[in-house]
Amino acid sequence: MGIGSICVAETPLLRFILRRADDALILGHRLSEWCGHAPMMEEDMALANMGLDLIGQARLLYAYAAEVEAAGRDEDAYAYLRDVRGYGNLLLLEQPNGDFARTMLRQFLYSAFIDPYWRALAGSADATLAAIAAKAEKESAYHLRHAAEWVLRLGDGTAESHVRAQTAVDELWPFTGEMFEVDASERGLIDAGVGVDPEPLRRTFHETVSRVLVQATLTTPQGGWMQKGGRNGYHSEHLGHLLSELQYMQRAFPGAIW
Amino acid sequence: MTGPMIPIWEVFIRSRNGLAHKHVGSLHAADATLALQAARDLYTRRGEGLSIWVVPSQAITASDPADKGMMFEPAASKIYRHPTFYEVPEEVGHM
Repeated sequence: MGIGSICVAETPLLRFILRRADDALILGHRLSEWCGHAPMMEEDMALANMGLDLIGQARLLYAYAAEVEAAGRDEDAYAYLRDVRGYGNLLLLEQPNGDFARTMLRQFLYSAFIDPYWRALAGSADATLAAIAAKAEKESAYHLRHAAEWVLRLGDGTAESHVRAQTAVDELWPFTGEMFEVDASERGLIDAGVGVDPEPLRRTFHETVSRVLVQATLTTPQGGWMQKGGRNGYHSEHLGHLLSELQYMQRAFPGAIW
Repeated sequence: MTGPMIPIWEVFIRSRNGLAHKHVGSLHAADATLALQAARDLYTRRGEGLSIWVVPSQAITASDPADKGMMFEPAASKIYRHPTFYEVPEEVGHM
């Protein structure tokens, strides 16, 4: 019973699309785990809204991946039928939700990077990617604003919330280096005007992060060792558990719909 | 967490240009900024609005339901106050 994983013949463009789609799907799934568990009903809705934005972005990207691969698959095949090693998301995004501060700091760090990234990708030579990026940027701009407001209140809140927020910053910081990683596969796309070079975005990212963290009375870590591997399928132990929950139904009951 | 420490806010949405903000509900939020974001997340998910106001519920002075008779019944018999005795030209549009 059950169904095995698909094998995707990745070209640089397909890999590029799947990496961005995986980012959105994995973080969207993490946020969905808060549904019914957030500290207050208003925030429960806010987290679910952001999760739905991200899963919507993932769907657009997976659908485009299906078009590019032209192997007769649909968006669900990429989401439900690839194993851990096939996923190319950032390690930051698969990290467990932890407490509310950790979830918000993870959201803040990613949004501070991806918002200018989408803005830049909206100028891509690939019209489909440009359109998806333009739509996603409006969503990520709001995610950044929302997460930043919480970072301010948690950092500059009570002694307890300050400690939790600072712990989250310190523990998640080593996963931020991966956002700026460029391999040979992406370099070609960047040179062709299809991809985006993340290096010039590093300054924007650091400015956003330090502006908010300073105001939140939190300490911004300086440099330090950075964990990598997610883009090439080398993940933390958390992703397998996440995928087992995400994929269980389609693996056990292939093609099930309701 | 949504105990007495977190104030209640009333939410008003303007659905399109030219219309007035309309009360749509209330929510809990620690301050005005978060109230505005929560209002966006709770009340504009289906494209309901172009503009949001949030007002601390405490800032609203309400009429006493017990005064209903004195406050509102005298108006019931004054039909001449209704603008129903003339026709609004179509060019005027929404009033």
